Amino acid sequence: MLLLDKSGAKADVWTRSEGAAIDNISHALVAWEALPEALQQKSRDQRLGVIVPNNVSIAELKLVLRQLSLVAVSFPSFSDGRGFSLAKLIRNHGFTGTLRASGPLIADQFAYAISCGFDEIELPDASAGRQPVEQWLKAVAQISHGYQRGYGDNRNILDQRRAARAAGGAV
Amino acid sequence: MYRYDEFDERFVRERVAQFRDQVARRLDGSLTEDEFKPLRLKNGVYLQLHAYMLRIAVPYGTLNSRQLRQLALIGEKYDRGYGHFTTRTNLQYNWPKLRDIPDILDLLADVEMHCIQTSGNCIRNVTADHFAGVAQDEIEDPRPTAELIRQWSSLHPEFSYLPRKFKIAVTGAEHDRAVIKAHDIGLRLRRHPDTHEICFEVSVGGGLGRTPMIGKVVRDYLPKADLLAYLEAVMRVYNLEGRRDNKYKARVKILVHEIGVEEFTRRVEEEFARLDGPSVNADPAEVARIAAYFAPPSYEVLPETSRVLEATKAANPAFARWVETNTTPHKAPGYTALTISLKPIGEAPGDATSEQMRLVADLAEQYSHDELRVTHAQNLVLPHLRQRDLFTIWQKLGEAGLASANIGLITDIIACPGLDYCALATARSIPIAQAIQRRFADDERQRLIGELNIKISGCINACGHHHIGHIGILGLEKRGIESYQITLGGEATENATIGEILGPGLAAEDVPDAIGRIVDVYLAERQGNESFIESVRRLGLAPFKAAFQEVANAVA
Amino acid sequence: MAAAPKRPALPAILLANDLLDGDIVFATAGAEGALIWTRDPAHALVANDDKAAEQLEAYAANQLATNHVVDAYLVDVAIEAGQPVPRHYRERMKTLGPSNRPDLGKQAGEGIERAEQGA
Repeated sequence: MLLLDKSGAKADVWTRSEGAAIDNISHALVAWEALPEALQQKSRDQRLGVIVPNNVSIAELKLVLRQLSLVAVSFPSFSDGRGFSLAKLIRNHGFTGTLRASGPLIADQFAYAISCGFDEIELPDASAGRQPVEQWLKAVAQISHGYQRGYGDNRNILDQRRAARAAGGAV
Repeated sequence: MYRYDEFDERFVRERVAQFRDQVARRLDGSLTEDEFKPLRLKNGVYLQLHAYMLRIAVPYGTLNSRQLRQLALIGEKYDRGYGHFTTRTNLQYNWPKLRDIPDILDLLADVEMHCIQTSGNCIRNVTADHFAGVAQDEIEDPRPTAELIRQWSSLHPEFSYLPRKFKIAVTGAEHDRAVIKAHDIGLRLRRHPDTHEICFEVSVGGGLGRTPMIGKVVRDYLPKADLLAYLEAVMRVYNLEGRRDNKYKARVKILVHEIGVEEFTRRVEEEFARLDGPSVNADPAEVARIAAYFAPPSYEVLPETSRVLEATKAANPAFARWVETNTTPHKAPGYTALTISLKPIGEAPGDATSEQMRLVADLAEQYSHDELRVTHAQNLVLPHLRQRDLFTIWQKLGEAGLASANIGLITDIIACPGLDYCALATARSIPIAQAIQRRFADDERQRLIGELNIKISGCINACGHHHIGHIGILGLEKRGIESYQITLGGEATENATIGEILGPGLAAEDVPDAIGRIVDVYLAERQGNESFIESVRRLGLAPFKAAFQEVANAVA
Repeated sequence: MAAAPKRPALPAILLANDLLDGDIVFATAGAEGALIWTRDPAHALVANDDKAAEQLEAYAANQLATNHVVDAYLVDVAIEAGQPVPRHYRERMKTLGPSNRPDLGKQAGEGIERAEQGA
């Protein structure tokens, strides 16, 4: 596994637990099915994360978001784009913890993932072997500005045009 | 027409550099073919039967002369001197080499063009009424909306890995020339009866392909300012809930069909209400900025009808017939919109050579305020001609083989490239179109038959729109040979209808006979000025089926 | 990865698209007996038995894995006038070119001479 964010490769502080057995793991990552039980066992100073399938019900997930420090959205394949919309929904429901995309994504999706609210990518070794971190860092910066408002910061093209108009520019 | 600002320019240049890098990573093995394929498709690059194919976006079918000349140049330098205009109003080159495509993209960027999202499971090139801005029945020009959607949909972070392709069309006229009901989303600009504000009627879930469906209205009057937020809601519901287990059930039409239009609408409206519209929508100043590019050109003040035109028509019957068939009334007095037929008898429908492109570019520059259009019927339009210039234009077009007087007639056939080029095709399309054209080549007979749309697809994906042809032809494989299924009664207008199958499949050589018999029934049965499709509606399928069956029996 | 296509009836030839050019190429025996690609369908090596077909399949797998070609698969052929001709009309198109443009593609000799001289 390779874990990376916009700054490059990073160490994974999260430990996958067996079922809901989070014991005294400081950062415990549990499967979606095990989450209700894990939440009951969770001690005050323990951090809990959950791995969700990309078809998880947002109506159910939103009820527990406040108790989670990390949500890892599974990408069964890079071409299954549900995870992008799910991330957007999770952020729209006010989640401020870490959002992780987990699966065989490709470097060309890095910028999309970040725009949709992901912080980091967890990549299987087979993908990471072909697509080292440098390719991801290059790919993420290839398109400076997108056209969509509401995806990340206000550096999108529409807001920049608006800013230029406000400044009295000729754009 | 729209011109790139510094942001658009940089965006397209960076996209070229990105694709160049993607090709390099494919060659060095960083990307597998499975990973590279969606990336190249989203840049218009297909692997076809004989070679790669490059599909160039012509957003809402609008081009200027400089762009068309550049396309002509690309055709000569990197292809075989001709291109193919498609039913999505794009231009395809059939023989480019992958090694050259980044350079071709650079040449396109030089003239504010690209290949972004002309294929792949993403929002495709947005199409619009090809008479936008000039049609007499227009309420509002659809092109500013189409351009706004083009920008918004380009490299969308959330909607670039959809379950399947997604097509959007916009019209601003009473009469639908953009086939909006056969699109994943169809937008119709219309006036609200109470507020008199211009709004969108939003249809979702139309589409052709294996399971053809007519779009259903999900919003009668969407305020214009809410467009992008509403589109985001529709796309999010589709991206999350569209089927991904079977590519033939992955279009939004299947989702709408399976959960019902009421439930689909409820989910969209729920998401639309929940999301923060103002943070998504374009502000009015941005919409106005785009719209300003589509302001009408400065027309001369002219009489309603040109006396020069009337005189030349009187002296040249062939010219008069061409004017009658290929021109459309214009908003501005003394002007006309001319459709140039890319369907000369015996040629591949929609093909144009580089020389022909240059001629049309010259005519557009000299006579049509430097503007031209591509139609979904695979023809070209010079939208702003003075009527008095038509005779000169006709003569010049005639020298280049582009003066066919057949727009809307039986030889104005829509056809996909079919198995002559396409790797997905199950049968050929072009030779079928050519054989039918030859059968009905006689001008007088074509005019006698009147409006009749034949549409041919070489496989079930229906790029040739066969379901919505008055007569549709679908090429299939049957026991190792090409077989053609004929449908009747389809319609591509505001009364969009899916045609019905007439009978068993026919061999290629029997298709012209079958079409001949169908036409004979119409000519024998029609009442007054009734058009072909009106006769089919009145008579029903039975008499046509009977005539068709005779052909089928004779060859069986 | 897509599953390997089923082996067709023999005799068969191996065809593919060149990754960089897109041209249709056919496996043929090179000077030292090793397999190489040719753009000329007349020179395609015909596999008449399972052993020969396995060699073509192994070559296809190797050439796909090393990023030289895409869409490589075996095609069943008939031998007509001493040359292999695909039995299915779709594959036959690949050895010829568009039927409405006899001036283009392999039927017009495109790519064939140059490749033979250059290779």
